[in-house]
Amino acid sequence: MAQTSAPPAKDAELTGPAPSPRAIVRARRRRAAARAWAEYRRNRVGMVGLAILIVFIALAVLAPVLVPSSALDVTQATGVPFSPPSAEYPFGTDESGRSVLALTVWGSRVSLLVGFLATVISVLIGSVVGIVAGHFGRWTDSVLMRVTDWFLVIPFLPLAIVLATVLGPSLANIAFVIGITSWPGTARIVRAQALAVTARPYIERARALGAGDWHLITRHILPNVVPLIFANTVLIVAIAILSETTLAFLGLGDPLRVSWGSMLDAAFSHGAASIGAWWYLVPPGLAILLVVLAFTMCGQALEAVLNPRLRGR
Amino acid sequence: MTVTLLDVRDLEVTYRSRAGDVPAVRGVSLQLDPGQTLGLAGESGCGKSTMAAAILRLLPPDTRTSGSVLLDGEDVLTMRPGRLRAVRWTEAAIVFQGAMHALNPVRRVGVQIAEAIHLHDKLTDEAVDARVGELLEQVGLPARRAASYPHELSGGQRQRVMIAMALACSPRLLIADEPTTALDVMVQAQVLDLLAELRRELGLALLLITHDLSVLASTCERIAVMYAGRVVEEGPAAAVFDEPAHPYTRALSEAFPTIGDRASRKAPHGLGGDPPDPRELPSGCEFHPRCPVAVPICPTTDVQLWPAGPDRRAACVHVRDREPEPSAP
Amino acid sequence: MATPAARSFGLTAANRRIGGKLVGAVLSLAFVLVFNFFLFRVLPGDPAKNLTRNRLVPAEQVQALRESFGLGKPLPQQFAGYVRDTLRGDLGISYKFRRPVSDVIAERIWPTVLLLGLSTVLSTIIGLFIGIRGAWRRGSTFDRGSLAVSLALYAMPEFWLGILLLIAFGVGVGPLPGLFPTGGLSTPGTDLTSLAGVLDVARHLFLPCLTLTLAYLAEYALVMRSSLLDELGEDYLVTARAKGLRDALVLRRHAVPNALLPTTTLIFLNLGFVVSGAITIETVFSWPGLGLLSYEALRTPDYPVLQGVFLLFSAAVIVANVLADLLYPYLDPRVRTG
Repeated sequence: MAQTSAPPAKDAELTGPAPSPRAIVRARRRRAAARAWAEYRRNRVGMVGLAILIVFIALAVLAPVLVPSSALDVTQATGVPFSPPSAEYPFGTDESGRSVLALTVWGSRVSLLVGFLATVISVLIGSVVGIVAGHFGRWTDSVLMRVTDWFLVIPFLPLAIVLATVLGPSLANIAFVIGITSWPGTARIVRAQALAVTARPYIERARALGAGDWHLITRHILPNVVPLIFANTVLIVAIAILSETTLAFLGLGDPLRVSWGSMLDAAFSHGAASIGAWWYLVPPGLAILLVVLAFTMCGQALEAVLNPRLRGR
Repeated sequence: MTVTLLDVRDLEVTYRSRAGDVPAVRGVSLQLDPGQTLGLAGESGCGKSTMAAAILRLLPPDTRTSGSVLLDGEDVLTMRPGRLRAVRWTEAAIVFQGAMHALNPVRRVGVQIAEAIHLHDKLTDEAVDARVGELLEQVGLPARRAASYPHELSGGQRQRVMIAMALACSPRLLIADEPTTALDVMVQAQVLDLLAELRRELGLALLLITHDLSVLASTCERIAVMYAGRVVEEGPAAAVFDEPAHPYTRALSEAFPTIGDRASRKAPHGLGGDPPDPRELPSGCEFHPRCPVAVPICPTTDVQLWPAGPDRRAACVHVRDREPEPSAP
Repeated sequence: MATPAARSFGLTAANRRIGGKLVGAVLSLAFVLVFNFFLFRVLPGDPAKNLTRNRLVPAEQVQALRESFGLGKPLPQQFAGYVRDTLRGDLGISYKFRRPVSDVIAERIWPTVLLLGLSTVLSTIIGLFIGIRGAWRRGSTFDRGSLAVSLALYAMPEFWLGILLLIAFGVGVGPLPGLFPTGGLSTPGTDLTSLAGVLDVARHLFLPCLTLTLAYLAEYALVMRSSLLDELGEDYLVTARAKGLRDALVLRRHAVPNALLPTTTLIFLNLGFVVSGAITIETVFSWPGLGLLSYEALRTPDYPVLQGVFLLFSAAVIVANVLADLLYPYLDPRVRTG
């Protein structure tokens, strides 16, 4: 007679009234999040990326405390223009005699802010499009996918240049332009997941019970889609920051504010290259490099956590 | 006196992973004479597929192997790479499970079979094409199927292609690793019949690896049962299947209801629990946590294959203790 | 192969697929035209005023501009006129150069083709090679090093790399002199058809081409490595080894060709990225192509030129993608209909 082993008792909540379904779901989600975080912590690459990000975000947030905004004022600049690094100016000076270090610290604010803003716009549009296309299917899906494909095919920079030139240079406009040109990536991923979830049997059952689309989307599709969006978002921020840098370098950024991209534009336009003023060019570029790398590392670590197949790459 | 075709002695295979060493095969010995059939049975994870790959030294680079695998007298594990490549497919060939992924999806099957021939023979293209057609017909497929891609064939047809490919260089030993898994029952029977027929026609030795004991009972002369990387029972197929000596073998054979036998249909027995994690094996007899007849000495006894009847052995203390004196070798 | 009826069915299905792709491409191009058209007419305010807001333009010119837009006519008529003109090759008059946009573009197209063409070819070959080698020898010093370098190159703005290279090799750092020219296509006065002229252009091409090659190969290396790593886990490679195939041949004959399939798709999907690189790099190195033209145009802002370049770049990428879509089934039999 074969033995069967009894499954071990788990989480036996024996005291108090039975928790509501909503509470159970919430508790389950919290546990899943805690597990994901523990898994993420084990990923060395992800932790390094996170550390770098924290440093830069702190830099951006604390900029007014670390460096007085007067350092950005051209009329108050006291340094010799284009002077190499020294004790007084650790990163040297720019074409107006301002400290490059101060500019780099303050530049982080705009670069990161535009990056985040653009990402929010991009992810919002992409998620909505993806969910609607994946859930409602057929005609809606075809039309939305046509539009998505168009944005995917069209080369980013020429489109962004045309849009930015027409809209005019400002922080919000740049964020808008980047957001509106980068949502297709998110849309595709979200759509694939929405399609998969909508096809699952319990959705049909829920519908039979009278669940409307809104309920299905918010209660079933969204929770399944959010982790994916999260991992994807991190990678989008990296791209958004690079895009802001490029647009600012071409002169399409906000002329009143300093960003890493605008620093490179100013440097190059004022001939820093021919003078060999590397100290003006290296810090902003290096900062971008580090931030983008950090976001990429975090994004890859998140993907590995969410998709165990990818671990160990 | 025939020279043993395949002689595996004390084979040990350990996978090295970041989480530590995983011993997949822990001291297995097998013999196969020319023209014989041996069935290797066990649950997934018991190490039988690792065995199959080890015989032709096809394991991934980060594995540690010890022991010896004598193929026609030569040790595969110590051969020089050139000799190994020459021996592969010509002495022994392997048919993998899941032929969907075992065939290159973007090449025609005829080309893949021809590749095997080209590697070991210097034939003209026409001769190779003719041979490919011959092989396909031998496994019951029309010769024109050579122009198909794997995704254009059914599961059963793909399995036949794999068998045809394995026969391309007229090997003396065919290793079939789960050839009938993922096929439906009718097709399973056809593939098994094919293997039996080929064995008769070509005098092949066959090492048939599967988790389905009933398949082995009808196709093989001898059966070896593996558990946790070791052989726990071996003997003539009928005897092992009808009167299993080891509790694990008993559970395996009872797990598959016999068609036509009402009694087994009404009370199918499953074996509770899971196969042990190779990194944390139970002490003594590895089967004792799941064994229905375990006794207190099981966790502390170092089990070996003890004689369990004419030409039979089993690694169970009950078998050992049933024999008051060990029978003369 | 099959019966004539089956054969003709296959032909129709294949034709339908081709037709579908072509229709898609035409739709995309049409949408570019619509986009271009409406961008300036949908904005609030008077388009003519908007376009001349940063410059001092006499009132009569503004009025003439308004008329050239055909703003008096109904919208469908304006659009029809716009489409007709575009199809005839009339892309308007450049504000900055006071010449037809099509002429301006025609002058600047070959330097861009030369630069992009050479960089793409070089970066593809080198990038794929690095990716393959990295995946094959995963975990080795080569792999870890190339991975780090690829990630760094991928994360940096390509024009920053260009400027640094410009300083290092064009201007010279410290005691080291600049080896290459710092900008332009050629030294003025050189006969471009002579051997000396060709070498001169090559010298000027070196740094921008090097920058773009480095920038692109990072992505190709990363994608190829990833694809090949995926492929190396497949069972059919074990079958190939079991047949007696040498490891190097298993890689070359089976793993790499199969890994190239998803890689090719991804590379074509990123053609827009290639084009964007041209704009910034031509700006850094004053390479007189369409990229530099875009930069000059956006400073003015010279909308007809910007729209014309946008149209051209979009059309090029759309066509390339359609070609890739059409050719892919010849590479991957799993995708063929029939």
